[in-house]
Order: sequence, then C-alpha cells, then structure tokens
Amino acid sequence: MTTDEQLFDYLLRLADSDLVLAQRLGEWVGHGPVLEEDIALTNVGLDLLGQARLWFAYAGEVEARFAGGGRGEDALAFLRDGGDFRNLLLVEQPNGDYAYTMARQFYFDTWHQLVLSRLAASSDARIAEIAAKALKEVTYHVERSTDWVIRLGDGTAESHARIQAAIDDLWMYTGEMFAADETDAALVAEGIGCDLSAVAPLWRDEVSAVLAEATLKLPGEAWMQRGGKQGVHTEHLGRMLATMQWLQRAYPGAQW
Amino acid sequence: MARPVVEAVWQALAAIPDPEIPVVSIVDLGIVRSVEWQDDELVVTVTPTYSGCPATEVIMTDIGHALDAAGCAKHRLEIQLAPAWTTDWISAGARERLADFGIAPPGAAAPVARAIDASRLYRRKVRAPVSCPNCGSARTRELSRFGSTPCKAQYRCDDCLEPFDHFKPH
Repeated sequence: MTTDEQLFDYLLRLADSDLVLAQRLGEWVGHGPVLEEDIALTNVGLDLLGQARLWFAYAGEVEARFAGGGRGEDALAFLRDGGDFRNLLLVEQPNGDYAYTMARQFYFDTWHQLVLSRLAASSDARIAEIAAKALKEVTYHVERSTDWVIRLGDGTAESHARIQAAIDDLWMYTGEMFAADETDAALVAEGIGCDLSAVAPLWRDEVSAVLAEATLKLPGEAWMQRGGKQGVHTEHLGRMLATMQWLQRAYPGAQW
Repeated sequence: MARPVVEAVWQALAAIPDPEIPVVSIVDLGIVRSVEWQDDELVVTVTPTYSGCPATEVIMTDIGHALDAAGCAKHRLEIQLAPAWTTDWISAGARERLADFGIAPPGAAAPVARAIDASRLYRRKVRAPVSCPNCGSARTRELSRFGSTPCKAQYRCDDCLEPFDHFKPH
C-alpha cells in the first residue's frame, strides 16, 4: 500500500532533480560559448523549471492530504534546506567546462526520457499527464545533449580529452539513478512509479552506443555514490541553494 | 447585462495575440480547448504549450481581461494538461501568417512513443525539410535546436543566406 508520504517523496524527487538542474543551467546565462548555446541551454533549463513547477504543484496537493496543509511551489523550492532535497547527486554537480555540463546533461536526459516514457503510462493519472507533456520536451533535450557528446568526442584532441574526462568523472553519480529504495518499490508495486531495474539496461545500451559513436570509452566498474534521493548530498548542493534561495530567505514572501 | 453567447466569447478570445508571436492568436495556436457556461460562470479551458513557457501567465491574464471586456461577470480558467498540446493544433491560416512573418511553420508532429526502443534512440532523426520563409528554398540547415523562444529552432537558408526561426513540430 502506497502512502501519501511515499507519493509526496516520489514527486519531490522528480521535482527536485528538474529544479536543481534548471538552476545549474541558469548559471550559464551570459556565459555560453556562443549566443546560440547560451539560448539553448537556458531554454532547456526553462523546460525543466516548468516541469518542476508541475510536480511541485501536485506534491503540495498530496502533502495537504497527510500534513493538514500543503506547501505551495515557492515554499517547496525556496524554503527547504539541503537535507530535504531529493534530487539526484548528478544534477547538483557544478557546471565545470562545457564538456562537463554536456556530459551531465547527456547522462540525465537519457535517464529522464526513459523514466518519463514509463511514467506516461502510470496508473496515477496526474503523473501520467505531466510525464506525457514533459516527455515531448525532453525528447529535444536528449537529441541535443547526444549531438554534443558526439561532436565533442569525435572532435579535436582537446575536445575529446575534455569530454572523456567529464564522462569519467561523473560516472560515479549514475548508479544512483537506478538504485531503487522502499519508496520506489512501493510505487512500482501499484503501477504508479517507474521500475528502475527495467530502465537500467536500456540506459546502459543507449549510453554505450552514443559513446562508441563519439569514439569515447565507457567507464568501467566503479564505486557508485548514492544518497541524493534520501537527502544526503554532496557539498555542492548547499552552496547552490544559498544562491538560489537567498532572496526568499532574506525577504520572506517577496513577490514580483 | 445579458451574458454573451459562447460564439461571441470565442471571437473575443480569437482577438488575443500570442504575446511573443503577435501574428497568431491564442485560438489559432489551439491552446483554448473549450468555452462553456456552467450555470452563471463561464469556464475557459486552456492547455499550455511548453511547461516553462513564460508567455503562459501573460496569456492567462489577457484571457481574464478579454472575458471582463466581453461582459462575462463571472469566469474561471482551467488548465488541462492532457492531451498534451501539439503544434498539429495550429490552424492552417495561422501557418500561412507565420510564414509571412518570417517563421517557418511546423510540419506534422511525430507521435511520442511511450515505450522507447533504446537501440534506436541515439541515431539522429532525419527531419522533414524546412522551407526558407524568405525565398522558399528547401536548402536550409538547423543552427540550433532552440531559438528565441522554447517553441522555435534557429535555421539558416543556404541559398539566400538569411537566418530564420522555425516553429518546431511538437
């Protein structure tokens, strides 16, 4: 039996990964290597922010069912501390160079598309409709980040070395994407959540194929970090939140 | 004041331009899904385009103003996510106006596969050719997947060399 607390937790995971990655991509505003990339990256961020809002809105409604009052999207985004965030560790990693940003995006987009395609058939109608909508947007994201990984990998010696380093460095954050816990198991059992074990081999096939086309090496077996989904984060999240949340913290309730 | 008939409300809504692409109206875009009176309250159902599209809030405000001006004393806006908005809902007339405005209109949207065959994912999709809205040439190329708004991509014509926006099939 899935409890509302578990459903709330699950929705926060979806929302927080979108929100945190949108914030990271927003950091590129005005710093993109060329104007087109500046615009494209922030448009991807905008899509993710819009998706985060849809998940947060639903999460707030679910929270109201067990907490006697649900938080709005602003309160969930700007007034929670790091330990309450449920995003994947991958998306909170700093931008690094462009190869680093693209490798992070590629790992995430590929996972995101597979997960959303399953959630679009969720037995929870609200999850299904949000996922179906987001999936259309994420299809563009995947094409874009895949193209970049191939372009950088099969590019110059410099771009090849940089994207390979990024692919290797970020690899240890990919295991968590498929590590199911009790929340995942409870939601899968009722046909609400995505079965991560079914998605894992597809993700690996896809990533392997792209890296091969990009003339890059698939990283080998490695220790996989985990904890983001349970609120245990790398040191980078807190600093990012300090930037993202300062206005609402300094001026509570501030509005445009 | 007598309440306006539904057809009159549709006309009022058809006069609201998209905030970012003023040659098309919100009705042309297909985002107004239904207009109906529920007792003495007019309910307008809207399906937003992209999740993060900043124009959405402006559109909702504009609809409210238009309904006030049309004499609907009591009205409510409802957001409907499913079925998700698609560029296939853009009217034929609006497609012509987009092209005249310099934006290549979208072709047919590909159905979104619910079960994805991973072995095919990464291969670059062969996209339908996009004609240059300036000279009509089919020799065009994509410069970037995203343009001035989330719904557009940047293209360039290899014949007249003009850059242009393409409204992506979605």
